[in-house]
Amino acid sequence: MSEQTAAATPAQTQPETTRKVPLRSPVTDIYETRDALVLLMEMPGVDANDVEIAVDNRVLTVTGRSSAKAPPGCTLVHAEYRDADYQRAFTLSDAVDPSRIDAVAADGVLRLTVPKAAPEPARRIAVRRA
Amino acid sequence: MFYTTPGSGWLDPLREMERMRQEMDRLFGELMPTLRREFPPMNIWAGENGVVVTAQVPGVRPDDLEITVHENTLTLKGRREPDPQAAAQDVAYHRQERSYGGFARTVALPFRVDPEKVNARFDNGILTMELPRPEADKPRRIQVRKA
Repeated sequence: MSEQTAAATPAQTQPETTRKVPLRSPVTDIYETRDALVLLMEMPGVDANDVEIAVDNRVLTVTGRSSAKAPPGCTLVHAEYRDADYQRAFTLSDAVDPSRIDAVAADGVLRLTVPKAAPEPARRIAVRRA
Repeated sequence: MFYTTPGSGWLDPLREMERMRQEMDRLFGELMPTLRREFPPMNIWAGENGVVVTAQVPGVRPDDLEITVHENTLTLKGRREPDPQAAAQDVAYHRQERSYGGFARTVALPFRVDPEKVNARFDNGILTMELPRPEADKPRRIQVRKA
């Protein structure tokens, strides 16, 4: 499993977003258990309904749109962070099965569980007599 | 963007220098993400009825957050626990970018806050604290009478 290089990030093959917030790469933990690969991505301000997960050609792309809003009638007087949309892409190896990804979002963290693929059983090919 | 409390600023040059140092740290922290920044990052908003403080605390359970207000200081304490699933079994990390553990931050507000009226919400990893200014403490316009 490796991260896409900047030049091959799918974000650049897609139309430019017309959002006013920046697009960030979410801070991510990736760990492997006995039967799955787990990704934990920090996307504060992104609701579960606003997460898009796509797998194309073994490239897993996760996009989250922030729904955080400024408090009404208030002006920002001190800023340490900006609300952002998030996007990150990973290339999955053959060891996992991208068709059975499970995704759960809670408290601003998206958890993706990618089960490991069952090893392909060795097949015997019978030889027919001509 | 600066946020000064009354009584700080030019009245207290040491405090002002400390604030500038923090501001520089913040600027450099944004340029160099490898440097440690204060956690959690906070935004402060000023409104008619007081201030609103928002903080990015993704992955912290609302139960693990402790907000205390005393006079004009707001303290946010909490703990970010490592993923329980990962802690329970033998896992191999491919990438570890998130940090865990306890944190605490104190913010000095420009006015006294009524602790009874503080309202806090937690949405998708963003904590919003509404700190209204007591009615008696609000600035009043004073009419000038003709002599």
